[in-house]
Amino acid sequence: MSSLAKVILQRLGLGLLTLFVVSLIIAFVVELLPGDITQALLGQSATPETVAAFRAEIGLDRPAHIRYLEWLKGMLTGDMGKSLASKRDITEFVGTRLSNTLFLGGVAAAIAVPFALFLGLLAALYRNSIYDRIVNLTTLTSISFPEFFVAYILILFLSVKSGIFPGISNVSTDLAFSDKLFRTILPALTLTLVVLAHMLRMTRAAIINLLSSPYIEMAHLKGTQPFRVIVRHALPNAWGPIVNVIALNLAYLVVGVVVVEVVFVYPGLGQLLVDSVSKRDLPVVQACAMIFAAVYILLNLVADIVAIVSNPRLLHPR
Amino acid sequence: MIRLFLSAPFSAKVGLVAISGYVLVALLAPWIAPYKETAIVGASYELWSDQFMLGTDNIGRDMLTRLIYGARNTIGIAFATVVLAFLIGGITGMLAAILGGWYDMLISRVVDILMAIPSLIFALLLLTIFGTSIPSLVMIIALLDSTRVFRIARSAAMNVVVMEFVEAARLRGEGMGWVIRKEVLPNITAPLLAEFGLRFCFVFLFIAALSFLGLGIQPPTADWGSMVRENATLINYNDITPLLPAAAIAGLTVAVNFVVDWMLHLSSGLRSDQP
Repeated sequence: MSSLAKVILQRLGLGLLTLFVVSLIIAFVVELLPGDITQALLGQSATPETVAAFRAEIGLDRPAHIRYLEWLKGMLTGDMGKSLASKRDITEFVGTRLSNTLFLGGVAAAIAVPFALFLGLLAALYRNSIYDRIVNLTTLTSISFPEFFVAYILILFLSVKSGIFPGISNVSTDLAFSDKLFRTILPALTLTLVVLAHMLRMTRAAIINLLSSPYIEMAHLKGTQPFRVIVRHALPNAWGPIVNVIALNLAYLVVGVVVVEVVFVYPGLGQLLVDSVSKRDLPVVQACAMIFAAVYILLNLVADIVAIVSNPRLLHPR
Repeated sequence: MIRLFLSAPFSAKVGLVAISGYVLVALLAPWIAPYKETAIVGASYELWSDQFMLGTDNIGRDMLTRLIYGARNTIGIAFATVVLAFLIGGITGMLAAILGGWYDMLISRVVDILMAIPSLIFALLLLTIFGTSIPSLVMIIALLDSTRVFRIARSAAMNVVVMEFVEAARLRGEGMGWVIRKEVLPNITAPLLAEFGLRFCFVFLFIAALSFLGLGIQPPTADWGSMVRENATLINYNDITPLLPAAAIAGLTVAVNFVVDWMLHLSSGLRSDQP
């Protein structure tokens, strides 16, 4: 077997292991609570009978390892148990919510990625120019903005003052694609602005790092045209870091989605998670957390593997 | 000190001045606020007037007063959390670098796993279980954030531990605490300080986001994140009042980021200036 395939398989194995341990943590984090989870959820005034009934309902009366295996089997086969608050099957409503969230993330990524790469590349090429300084200050500023601040500013100007876009993104499955897209624009724009700054800075850093390597200097010294240096010499080596940056930021996007969904009342997984936390609806929180964590780990894994594939030196760690 | 301040770039000066302003407001809150923190002094959602400079909030508390007290609560809680995170992460990180071996392996793997879960998701999971009170909020976020501090402290301390003077101190028979305090810590202060600023920004925004989601600092405590949430409906009536606490959050993080940017620049020397 080639060493590349071996390393990739290793990483995949490591990713699976991480996922497994994370599922253990999410399943057993309940046991961390001093005392009993039922007491905390039902309150001090609960009678022993209701506590016992509740324990049986969420399966706390069975041994932990059996509970975990059943939960894991359920997660893998698409049966995530019942919600404590609504008594409905979690799988029923998680599916549409997840697709909504992925749609929102997808739209945001489709806007953010090309912009960030282009602007980041420019900033790296014209580093220390006025343009670069302005970019540095603006991105630093927008990284510091809380997501809801960006969201409300957009609502104020693009929805309330001018009325171009709806301020509430109540998408549903029966909407036509164009309507859905139209209602998703504002939250997607918010996410774009949030993630753009990070991606731009990382792209700039990755490219500058590359441009300072000796072989680029050599290309300059032997009199190659600047454009040719970028396209023929720098770019082939830059794809790795760039894809890495994209994957890392998509992972970031997955989490950033939570606050934005709440602001725009977007029916996604993030809002479900927040609602369930305030209702202390543990099974739903566990299911959502597992999905979010899985996507996050997966994207990080992709970033890792791309970095290895694009840079053979990482194959032989010293 | 003064010379250092004068040599700072414009953005860092602005940042330093802004941070001092925030700290002053936070410290002097009871004296400069026109009303009591939780006192209901008027009708709900009153407009800006002479009596209520920034109007009143959703249940008739003075907005300006809440903003001023919010500085105290929001910044105070975030600061306490970061200090706690640095205590936990810094000490375990330095110990991992000094002791090495199985201790280092064990803690590093635990940290790797914790960092594989997005922290907002993990925090939400933990808050479901422990409930949303200020002590559990501070503990949970400090614990999650200490993983990042651990990484920095460990890798910075690693470079120091292999130096001859540390070995000399050990051969002299100095205790672990002495080595950490007198040999390692003074040599890793600069990177830790810059990291402190970055972590503060992160934790500050994190708590603000949680409060905004209604899962962080609970009413009636005045807090910028929850103030945005409570008064958000006003935005639909073309009123910018709810944006003020959000702007206050943004202002402080921008200021800290400007200063940190300058500090990182200082500690990295002139390297980053070269093409």
